[in-house]
Amino acid sequence: MNKNGTPLVEMRDISISFGGIKAVDHVTVDLYPGEVVGLLGHNGAGKSTLIKCLSGAYRPDSGDIFINGQKAVIENPRDARSFNIETIYQTLALADNLDAASNLFLGRELVGAGGFLNDAEMEAETRKIMGRLNPNFRKFNVPVSALSGGQRQSVAIARAVYFNAKILIMDEPTAALGPHETQMVAELIQELKKQGLGIFLIEHDIHAVMELCDRAVVMKNGQRVGTVNVNEVTDDDILGMIILGKKPPQAY
Amino acid sequence: MTQTSPTQSSADPTLGPVARFLKATEIDTRLLGMVGALVAIWIGFHLYGAIVNGNGAFLTPRNLWNLSVQTASVGIMACGMVLIIITRHIDLSVGSVLGFTAMVMGIVQVWILPDYLGLGNPLIWVIACLVGLLVGTAIGAFHGWLVAYRGIPAFIVTLGGLLVWRGAAFLLARGETISPVDATFALLGGGPFGAVGAVGSWILCVIACASILWMMVSGRKARKAHGFPLRPLWAEYTLAGLSCGLVLAATLVVDAYPWPKGIVSQYAAANNITVPEGGLFISHGFAIPLLIMVAVAIAMTVMMGRTRFGRYVYAIGGNPDAAELSGINTRLMTVKIFALMGFLTGLSAIVASARQTSATISLGQLDELYVIAAAVIGGTSLAGGVGTIYGAILGAFVMQSLKTGMVLIGFDAAIQNIVVGIVLVLAVYVDILYRKRAK
Ligand SMILES: Nc1ncnc2c1ncn2[C@@H]1O[C@H](COP(=O)(O)OP(=O)(O)O)[C@@H](O)[C@H]1O
Ligand SMILES: [Mg+2]
Repeated sequence: MNKNGTPLVEMRDISISFGGIKAVDHVTVDLYPGEVVGLLGHNGAGKSTLIKCLSGAYRPDSGDIFINGQKAVIENPRDARSFNIETIYQTLALADNLDAASNLFLGRELVGAGGFLNDAEMEAETRKIMGRLNPNFRKFNVPVSALSGGQRQSVAIARAVYFNAKILIMDEPTAALGPHETQMVAELIQELKKQGLGIFLIEHDIHAVMELCDRAVVMKNGQRVGTVNVNEVTDDDILGMIILGKKPPQAY
Repeated sequence: MTQTSPTQSSADPTLGPVARFLKATEIDTRLLGMVGALVAIWIGFHLYGAIVNGNGAFLTPRNLWNLSVQTASVGIMACGMVLIIITRHIDLSVGSVLGFTAMVMGIVQVWILPDYLGLGNPLIWVIACLVGLLVGTAIGAFHGWLVAYRGIPAFIVTLGGLLVWRGAAFLLARGETISPVDATFALLGGGPFGAVGAVGSWILCVIACASILWMMVSGRKARKAHGFPLRPLWAEYTLAGLSCGLVLAATLVVDAYPWPKGIVSQYAAANNITVPEGGLFISHGFAIPLLIMVAVAIAMTVMMGRTRFGRYVYAIGGNPDAAELSGINTRLMTVKIFALMGFLTGLSAIVASARQTSATISLGQLDELYVIAAAVIGGTSLAGGVGTIYGAILGAFVMQSLKTGMVLIGFDAAIQNIVVGIVLVLAVYVDILYRKRAK
């Protein structure tokens, strides 16, 4: 990981409020290639709202976003995708009435001659990537409403990693997963990191954070408490930041 | 590999023969239920007529042919309503927009164009149709824009539209009836000359059967090429036989309905044919409005199943937020969907006014209810995300069959409305039960 160059992503002084509630209050974070940055904080701290400004779901009231040092205008999810930003949303954002392949390719369908959907090709590709991410997955021809929480989550993950993301946002990607599947996601994160992706990871399990993240950004009431290099602190230091908003000396 | 074996679907021993048949042919039970209901309605009316009135008039070529023509207008619009309802909207204005569009077309072809082009100029009907389609599409797009970009609920926008467009239609012609429409235009509404005749029907029959077979063969090939599960062969043959049999039966029915005597002698006189002793048997064949509806249904089915547009319609219905987050421009989609509804309403206005050979102030009144009912009876869920074109067409046939059947056996308008209302509520209730069970 090279932290001397320009960051892959820099979100500078981002603020957004909803009807008087400052959901994100002057927050600055950055992310380098090959780095995993954890976003931590209680429920309602503003983590999801912050990353939605990067994924194009929300437009911040103020603040700027830079991608590779260039100011980026992200007004909608299409813009974010054009910067190779992929997102696994906390809500998964799946169309329940469509099958796995249709969800995976939603908005980016494979089309063949005459502009007609190539469903067979999409299903084949979906079978391929699901074979890698979740080999037990069988339910290719049913709406995703018929899937278990873990299966749905693996579809959402597959969608984010299929399209060669450079920047990956994972909002509680393991919330619905069992221990075995969680382990698989951890391995996936390590692998993607090796490929040079930058990953924002929102995660509640402090052990997973210690294991997977290079840096951790802690938020509380919409504000950034501090940022730490994970290998310089203990998990108690981080918990102290989350719960008490107490900044250890190593934090900046 | 992770696939199920190709034959597994038909070999499950725990299923009864009927369930096994349905599973292998992939006919969904819902479609079967709708067809069953339609057949029951037909037979019911026929028997009622035969027993009570001593005259079973329903299952006759004449009535079935008329039914096909009468269904077209509502059926065409129901195809568009499916998309509207799938995306969790509603359009209460289609009847009024139909009336308004028909009035515009009537004025264009009766009051305006003959002055410039001369009466009977072949451009008249073409221009009138184009104007109608354009006006319908523009009105629909405007409704959609109000819904999508101004955030006004579709219920309100189109409720307003229901009043506005009916009123506007009245103002356009100061309440007058505009007739007669252009002679060529009138053919689009059916009638003895607005049908393709026996030979034309047989040609269409052959083309339809060939297309069905080609689709089944190429579909099977594609599944095989990707190693996806296949239907058992006997199921393929059964499906092919059923589909082609249906087309064949329809052809036989419309060919069995002859022109009335008056039209025949008129036609014979005009073409210097001597009518033989027993009269001349000239078949109607498929009526043009029916063919328009079928063409619309096929095009819309392809669009819904095989294009991005259709996929996005379902996605928006299933989860509007997810669709937006997937980069779909859901607002623009809403405008397009309402515009398409408007286009189909314009098309329907052509058929309806051509059938009457006039544009009247009441044309299309209450159509919105029949159209919505057709879509809903056809399995379009008001909760969004679910619905099919073929279902809406079947629903339109059900609604029209009820209406026609009650007229045939002499129920008056009050009872007709009561029955149609009850059927609508019942259909939605059955749908809710069905979905609960399916979960
Ligand atoms: N679309 C919205 N409308 C209104 N309030 C919102 C919206 N999204 C988030 N909020 C509010 O912003 C705050 C931060 O929420 P969120 O970002 O989801 O927190 P976290 O992901 O850290 O649990 C909460 O108080 C939440 O209620
Ligand atoms: Mg959250």
